[in-house]
Amino acid sequence: MDFSQQFFQQMINGISLGSIYALIALGYTMIYGIIKLINFAHGDIYMVGAYIGFFAITQAQIHIFPAILISMVVTGILGILVERLAYKPLRHAPRISVLITAIGVSFFLEYTSMYFVSPTPRTFPAMLGGVSIHVGELVINGQQLTILGVTILLMAILTYVVQKTKIGKAMRAASFDTETAELMGVNADRVISFTFCIGSALAAAAGVMVGMYYNSIDPLMGIMPGLKAFVAAVLGGIGILPGAVVGGLILGIIEALVSGFISSTFRDAAAFAILILVLLIKPSGIFGKNTREKV
Amino acid sequence: MLKINDINVYYGAIHALKGISLFVNEGEIVTLIGANGAGKSTTLRTISGLLSPKTGSIEFMGKNIAGLKAHDIVREGISQVPEGRRIFAEMTVQENLDLGAFIRTDKEGIEEDLKNVFGRFPRLLERKDQLAGTLSGGEQQMLAMGRALMSRPKLLLLDEPSMGLAPLFIREIFSIIKDINETGTTVLLVEQNANMALSVANRAYVLETGRITVTGDAKELSKSEEIKKAYLGG
Repeated sequence: MDFSQQFFQQMINGISLGSIYALIALGYTMIYGIIKLINFAHGDIYMVGAYIGFFAITQAQIHIFPAILISMVVTGILGILVERLAYKPLRHAPRISVLITAIGVSFFLEYTSMYFVSPTPRTFPAMLGGVSIHVGELVINGQQLTILGVTILLMAILTYVVQKTKIGKAMRAASFDTETAELMGVNADRVISFTFCIGSALAAAAGVMVGMYYNSIDPLMGIMPGLKAFVAAVLGGIGILPGAVVGGLILGIIEALVSGFISSTFRDAAAFAILILVLLIKPSGIFGKNTREKV
Repeated sequence: MLKINDINVYYGAIHALKGISLFVNEGEIVTLIGANGAGKSTTLRTISGLLSPKTGSIEFMGKNIAGLKAHDIVREGISQVPEGRRIFAEMTVQENLDLGAFIRTDKEGIEEDLKNVFGRFPRLLERKDQLAGTLSGGEQQMLAMGRALMSRPKLLLLDEPSMGLAPLFIREIFSIIKDINETGTTVLLVEQNANMALSVANRAYVLETGRITVTGDAKELSKSEEIKKAYLGG
């Protein structure tokens, strides 16, 4: 394989991985947008999503697509519960208290999962292995096609919901100015629940697809992608939806190129080097505006 | 229509409203005037449910609304134009107006009111697809008022509509307030510009450090020596 082929093959891998980061980063950024919380439990929500998908496929013997759907619904409800039980009582507490609580929720989800499903990694059943597209020497396999297709579909739906529907407008209004949104009749608590539901469902879809892509899941699988997606959200500009998508894709591509051309042991370092660079050069992210403090 | 009875409101340890009572009759324009920090905005924020009174009652159309959430009070028919306009800057003018009608489901009625708002504020129609943050201060005030009218309120609360506007715009805004009132909406107006406020209002209350000190007919108050000295610049 010559250089350009290798390059394009890594781009395909990078876009697949980046789509996963983008789906997780969307949840981070939506939740940050509305309650200004970096939800460090978000990576673990993604892990729970992967397990629900796993059990749906192995126990109920269903196909990957309905499994993704079931996982999204159940994990969406879990997201609402986490918000109601852990974060809502702290609505008027200092932000650091909520942040620490998020870390607590993260551990809670990790170790509760270990108790129930054991810490041993599970092997995800091979799916869609036979399908693949060949473009010259390049290979796009079935899992990658699924990741791309599902991600594009989910983002299209999300864009429609956020831009065109009443609840989407309420979400944007409440993110911008919660109090004034309340004056319009928007029930902020309901909008926050809805945001957690959508964000968690997107993470669940990502979790199931990662299980399918790497064939293996475990209760601590959410930590690294959670952090990476956080980097992606910051890279794009935290609180900005297109920023999360672009940030996720850039991160995925860089990681794939680093793994392909330098060494796969450097890919995590590359991701966090990006975080450091963003914080040094443009802390508000690619799409971020220079925010003025409101007086 | 609105009857506030002896409310006490606190911001943490600060006693902001000390036993305020006032009423607004249907069809009136009533104004609250007073210096900075007298409690004018606090009064409006308490009526609209952003703050809740520790004691006392707020009766609207015969129902006690004290302690209801802000998003429920809009549904009772009270709409507020907040201080500083607080438009959704990153959304379009049209979307801001859509949010004003958030509590409604009657498509035709909303369409009709949208036409009315655009009729009243033609500039908003010209700029309906523009981001609200790109409007001038006066236009933003018009948008905030249009947005509040989109819920078809029985009572409109206006908090400092003249703040930061050029004199020409202030005149325009006040003539619009009169006009809104004449088409059947009751208005409770908070203003620092006491002159303008008294010129459009039927009745007025003067607030001083959380208490109502003077109340009466707006025309008479604007002639009173005491009021002139304190609020009308001699």
